[in-house]
Amino acid sequence: MPRPGAVIEVDRNTPPVLFHFGEGIRLEKMPLGARIVYPPDPLEPIAHPERAIKRALAKPLEDDPLKSLLRRGMKMTIAFDDLSLPLPPMAAPDVRQLVMEEVIDMAAEAGIDDLHIIAALGLHRRMTEDEVRHIVGERIFTTFHPDRLYQHDGEDLENNVYVGKTAQGEEVTLNRRAAESDLVIYVNLTLVPMDGGHKSMSTGLASFRSIRAHHNAKTLLASRSYMNPPDSALHQSCIRQGQLIEDTVRVFHIETTVNNHAFPAVANFMQKRETDWTPQDQAMFLATKQMTDIMPPAFKRNVFHAMRAPYGMTAVHAGQVDAVHDKTLEAVRKQINVPVEGQTDIVTLGVPYLGPYNINAPMNPILVVCMGLGYLFNFYRNKPVLRKGGVLILTHPCRYEFDAVQHPSYIDYYDEVLADTKDPIEIEKKYEIRFAEDPWFRQLYRKSHAYHGIHPHYAWIWAAHAMEHAGDIIFVGADRDVVHRLGFKCATTLDDAFEMAEQTVGRYPSVTHLRTPPIMLADVEA
Amino acid sequence: MLALTYARSIPAFAVVKAAGGRADVATSALSMLKLGDVPEPQLPARDWVRVMPSLSGICGSDLAAISGHVSLYLDPLTSYPFIPGHEVVGVLDDGARVVIEPALGCLVRGVDPPCPRCAEGRPGLCYNVTEGPIEVGLQTGYCADTGGGWGETLVAHPSQVHPVPDSLTDEAAVLIEPFACCVHAALRGGATKDDMVVVAGAGTIGLLTVAAVKLFTPPKRLIAIAKHPTQRDLARKLGADQVVAPADVFQRVRFATAARRLEGMNRPLLLGGSDVTFECVGRADSLNDAVRFTREGGTVVVVGMPGEQKVDWAPIWQRELTVTGAYAYGTEPKRKGRKTFELALEAAPEMHLDELTGPLFGLGEYRDAIAYAMSAGRLGAVKVAFDLRRLRA
Repeated sequence: MPRPGAVIEVDRNTPPVLFHFGEGIRLEKMPLGARIVYPPDPLEPIAHPERAIKRALAKPLEDDPLKSLLRRGMKMTIAFDDLSLPLPPMAAPDVRQLVMEEVIDMAAEAGIDDLHIIAALGLHRRMTEDEVRHIVGERIFTTFHPDRLYQHDGEDLENNVYVGKTAQGEEVTLNRRAAESDLVIYVNLTLVPMDGGHKSMSTGLASFRSIRAHHNAKTLLASRSYMNPPDSALHQSCIRQGQLIEDTVRVFHIETTVNNHAFPAVANFMQKRETDWTPQDQAMFLATKQMTDIMPPAFKRNVFHAMRAPYGMTAVHAGQVDAVHDKTLEAVRKQINVPVEGQTDIVTLGVPYLGPYNINAPMNPILVVCMGLGYLFNFYRNKPVLRKGGVLILTHPCRYEFDAVQHPSYIDYYDEVLADTKDPIEIEKKYEIRFAEDPWFRQLYRKSHAYHGIHPHYAWIWAAHAMEHAGDIIFVGADRDVVHRLGFKCATTLDDAFEMAEQTVGRYPSVTHLRTPPIMLADVEA
Repeated sequence: MLALTYARSIPAFAVVKAAGGRADVATSALSMLKLGDVPEPQLPARDWVRVMPSLSGICGSDLAAISGHVSLYLDPLTSYPFIPGHEVVGVLDDGARVVIEPALGCLVRGVDPPCPRCAEGRPGLCYNVTEGPIEVGLQTGYCADTGGGWGETLVAHPSQVHPVPDSLTDEAAVLIEPFACCVHAALRGGATKDDMVVVAGAGTIGLLTVAAVKLFTPPKRLIAIAKHPTQRDLARKLGADQVVAPADVFQRVRFATAARRLEGMNRPLLLGGSDVTFECVGRADSLNDAVRFTREGGTVVVVGMPGEQKVDWAPIWQRELTVTGAYAYGTEPKRKGRKTFELALEAAPEMHLDELTGPLFGLGEYRDAIAYAMSAGRLGAVKVAFDLRRLRA
């Protein structure tokens, strides 16, 4: 029986706690009385995922069985989530592959020839062929790639159509193939509550024109948090767009969830509470620490990025988008929710080597902010673990390190924009269009493997809520110049950071460490 | 009189060059540069005047000559031994403060009618630098007969002498000559208000080019490339809209111009780029970068004195670049034929040029002065100069 998440109070017997530190790890002694929040153990996966998928397709939620929707001669499109999740990438076979194989078999039985498969990557980077192959599996890749298995291009004017405007004036565009299909089947993998639902189509198959309606500073600042869809202006906007899409094209939605078994056996200690570490775990910790302390960043990156997570599927639902997504969110919360009593003055977080936007690339400073102040901070319901005006302490080396292929516009955003201002609203006014419409960024997004020109802005505004909420933000062990460029403070050690924090929150502050990843959602008592 | 003299010596040149131009070798007993008593230069004609230098700058071209990096092209255009120093503020016998316009063209040499270039008002391009009562030489400071700023006295034709307004200190006035070069360069570059301009290099010439371009041909945006912190601060102060490190120039120019960037095996190139680039370093790396980040059909103005550098001509050919030199000064057709020195002297009082000058050294400290000047950027200095006022006291 997997244990639920837990909140442990630090006493004299509490061992030092693991902090992620980019491509490194640290053990840190937390102050007496501090809380450590641990994620739940991985849930038992479904024993026979293929059978569960068949069942879901045969008995969908608020929709007809998939088989009854399929007919010879129809134009059918399957869209699937890109490699930005799960993190780390899932060990083969990916659940999306299992779902797509089942759907394709059914389509073949129904005599459907006109079937296209599109990676719904929105404004994310184009995947490499190997990355696509990893998600869809060899059989699908060989059969469909490249003519009938390809990646969405949000900048292809010919192949994106204007669908209309929502009642709130949000423009909606959609991939032409999807818009002109008789049936679109969306195959999703929901790792966190932000994913899935109407957001899948309204971002994954959309263009900048459509995405900017909700990917903006104002919306993000009004989302408390975007990890909790009912309180998320981002999601309300996506829902409005998604409903317009549903009125335009017949959508059959399939969502899967996985447990939080995020690390393979060699890194099992990262998965466990320190009190549960076996001698083998301790040995692996020491070996990993030794390796990460002495090896150059590029070597460590290669080792870490080669890791595949042994995720197990915990749920699969199919049918109407909202009905499916409600069930999906239930399944996700079951895995990641941890009840936490009240807020604290200080929250500490270890930022790991990987986020959704740096697979096979270094986590550049803007992505560190996106990961730490964006994703990790926003993993809460009701209210943040950190009290308003409290101090957020993060550990990450935060080096000036960019991948010129994946993140070309990030370099300019860091060097030009953040040198000018850090204010998300002001940045948006001055720079949004310039980055979105830069012809070279457009070309690199379309032809190479670069994130869209506007993407660094999205990564930055993902942190807007945390930046507004926290009284101070301190990075431990980071490159001082980089942290100052980002607008934050820098401390050499965690103890120094605590001492600096006292200037903001006073003496004897309450402290909570969120021991993540694996992912968890702090359900903070209202 | 006391003066530093540069003597032509092939063995000394070879020794200094072999040492990579190191300051300690370039100012040693084995070098071409010597401090000592020499006869005062004679007035070549009755109308010439004597000038007692107050401050005399150490120019990049002087350092190139001393360190053996100078282009041998200039050798036959120079007479030896000469007293270096062409950035000079000094006093006349009557005590009037003047700056020297060093070009030794037809008017100075008494050649009449003047050569076509001098007739156009471009004495820097004079055909007749071998003629007249003085030895061959392009400028005061490279001519055996005129003396130079690194000695107690030099001689000048009245047309070379410009009065210094009281509002200009000696420390500011010593920069009038290089500033006039940069004003001339800016006007040759001819940037328009819609242009994106890059000034590569932030030594004296680079910084003054930034100022000159902003004053005389203000572009839409000016990016300065500067290596050292003091240079970066000064470039901003003098009007650069953006200052970037040499390693970032392709990234920054690309973004500023929405160009496209392609990675080459040795260095990147931009499709698009700056409209006008002022190259004020004169070294191969900087020149090769400049011809790759200046847009197709754009202009590269070579302002910094280059030596014999290996430059890939393919970008110049393929991009149909206009690569143009900007040497010295004269009269400026784009400013109604006014003298460049007058334009520089008019603009200078507002520019706080004295902030760029220093430290100052006596002639006896020339070894330290040369060594300091060779590392000026790294040491936070711009214009290192000799202070000869003490010799008169």
